[in-house]
Amino acid sequence: MVTAVQFNAVSRHFGAVRAVDNVSFEIEDGEFFSMLGPSGSGKTTCLRLIAGFDQPSAGEILIHGSPATGVPPYERDVNTVFQDYALFPHMNVLDNVAYSLMVRKLPKAERRRRAADMLELVQLGGFGQRRPAQLSGGQRQRVALARALINHPRVLLLDEPLGALDLKLRDQMQVELKALQRKVGITFIYVTHDQVEALSMSDRLAVFSDGRVEQIGRPQDVYEHPASEFVARFVGVSNVLSGQAAERITGSARAFAIRPEKIRVVGDHEALGPEHCLVTGRVTNSQYLGASTRYAVTLDGGGELILVQQNMRRVTTYDCIACDTLVRLGWYRDDVEWLGGSTAASRGAAT
Amino acid sequence: MSTLAVAAPSTGLARRFANLLYRRPTLLLFLLLTPPLLWLGLIYLGSLFALLVQSFYSIDAFSGVIVREFTLSSYAQLFTPANLDIILRSVLMAATVTLAAAVIAFPIGYYMARFAGPRLKALCYLGVMLPLWSSYLVRVYSWKLILAKEGILTWVFDQLHLSWLLNALLAVPVIGGASLSVSYLGTFLVFLYVWLPFMILPIQAALERVPGSLIEASADLGARPWLTLRKVILPLAFPGVVAGSIFTFSLTLGDYIIPGIIGSSRFFIGQAVYAHQGTAGNIPLAAAFSVVPIVIMAVYLAIARRLGAFHAL
Repeated sequence: MVTAVQFNAVSRHFGAVRAVDNVSFEIEDGEFFSMLGPSGSGKTTCLRLIAGFDQPSAGEILIHGSPATGVPPYERDVNTVFQDYALFPHMNVLDNVAYSLMVRKLPKAERRRRAADMLELVQLGGFGQRRPAQLSGGQRQRVALARALINHPRVLLLDEPLGALDLKLRDQMQVELKALQRKVGITFIYVTHDQVEALSMSDRLAVFSDGRVEQIGRPQDVYEHPASEFVARFVGVSNVLSGQAAERITGSARAFAIRPEKIRVVGDHEALGPEHCLVTGRVTNSQYLGASTRYAVTLDGGGELILVQQNMRRVTTYDCIACDTLVRLGWYRDDVEWLGGSTAASRGAAT
Repeated sequence: MSTLAVAAPSTGLARRFANLLYRRPTLLLFLLLTPPLLWLGLIYLGSLFALLVQSFYSIDAFSGVIVREFTLSSYAQLFTPANLDIILRSVLMAATVTLAAAVIAFPIGYYMARFAGPRLKALCYLGVMLPLWSSYLVRVYSWKLILAKEGILTWVFDQLHLSWLLNALLAVPVIGGASLSVSYLGTFLVFLYVWLPFMILPIQAALERVPGSLIEASADLGARPWLTLRKVILPLAFPGVVAGSIFTFSLTLGDYIIPGIIGSSRFFIGQAVYAHQGTAGNIPLAAAFSVVPIVIMAVYLAIARRLGAFHAL
């Protein structure tokens, strides 16, 4: 595999703030790679370092094998879709899309033709003469995409491009973006704080926290085998138990995580084999969510679990487990993810 | 209980008045807008209209009495060679001052808008505005001292062994003179100094509204800084430049104090107006002269509009 972007011990410090702190990773050519993390975790700074809007304080970035340090943005074979789209308000849509062709001094007729083709690709044919202000958020997003793709960059950077769209449109754009990436075969580097986006589109993703990469892997790896408590809690919802509460269940004080959808309510007379963990507790909260119901259960041995039950049949109030009901909960031992070393366990025990 | 409290009739005159305004927003609008509209409409535009009317009267050459009959004779007088000279001189000066102010103000405004931190920006604002707080006359007379033959500028040129440069500049026909303080060059410098803040502030405000991501996007799409400046920053800051140039251009066009104190004593429009309405008592010609800047500004704005100066507004 060819490496599209490589970070070698890259840091970016703003005064005392370590926005990016000694980060190393590789992004392969043609990959859909996501950088996922809460705001201020350093993911956008990494993107800006790749684009060339910012320079690393230490370390080295290679783009397609050649060092990028000191190379200005206008000499990098990388294009960006900005969070606010950054469409030029004084130009119409066609001129926006054709901007990089104008920069390269291509003949006007060819610019027009290629920009029109590109607009066709993002399903905005016939919108060329409009101004950005006359478009909806979703349409602007497509224009920004077309403008960034027209030059066939080898790497496309996307900075939370779906952040400003409403939920329905976001779902639709996720599917379209992924399809587009397959079609054009360009490396997509996608920054987001939305774990659903990162999981659903990426070939691989990196989880950022406090300027460091916590984990890199395929979506399944990151979700099913979180490397740390932070990843377990940030990507999806996790129940993390440690200390005595954990010891009562597993026999070990080591911290572990279990996903809410992997826990089920066990019938009163149902027997579970040794491949299961079994706990008892009291329901303290139940939320009806339509497709599923979410319960909070306080365990008899201490600690709390969140579990989600699919509403496979129509629900009447009668079917929901009421608050204060005593329940038995079970899950497969295999589904438990052991977390970190002893530090996490001792931290859990201390609290 | 709480519903009762809400429904309780409001007491007190001020409160009842406030509630009345809440129920009738148009009344509030009317009360708020009437005084400024009266000021703008009656006093400001009214006097402008009176001026326009005056310019169509004429003056009786013998008695010096104003003849209140419609005539274009005042306007015809504008086209005598001497008056055309005044107009041309003023327009050229205003245009040069505007151009120079824009060239100087743009980097300053750009720095203030894009690079200066909050503290430094406040300092820049202060630096730009501070001269406006002191008397305009004091500043102009200070310039007279600076530019005089025995003044500090001559001394500085002397110390730098650049007297030859100053002398060469002063030897240039039309714009030169015996010293800077009695040349067009001096008038130009003082005009530029006095009106520069009025160019910096609108340009800075316009540049502040250009999102940084647009400049990054342009670079991202391959444009070098110079191209980004031409294709993105300048077009988006153009309304600010036009706004600033309206100030510098019209203020220079109408000023009568600076050319009276500094420069070759040849007339500018403002001085012509002053002389005609004062000593000569020729109000119609003075009025006609004051219409000239209005017409020129109207033409200028029409051109700016054609160029798309207000597209991005």
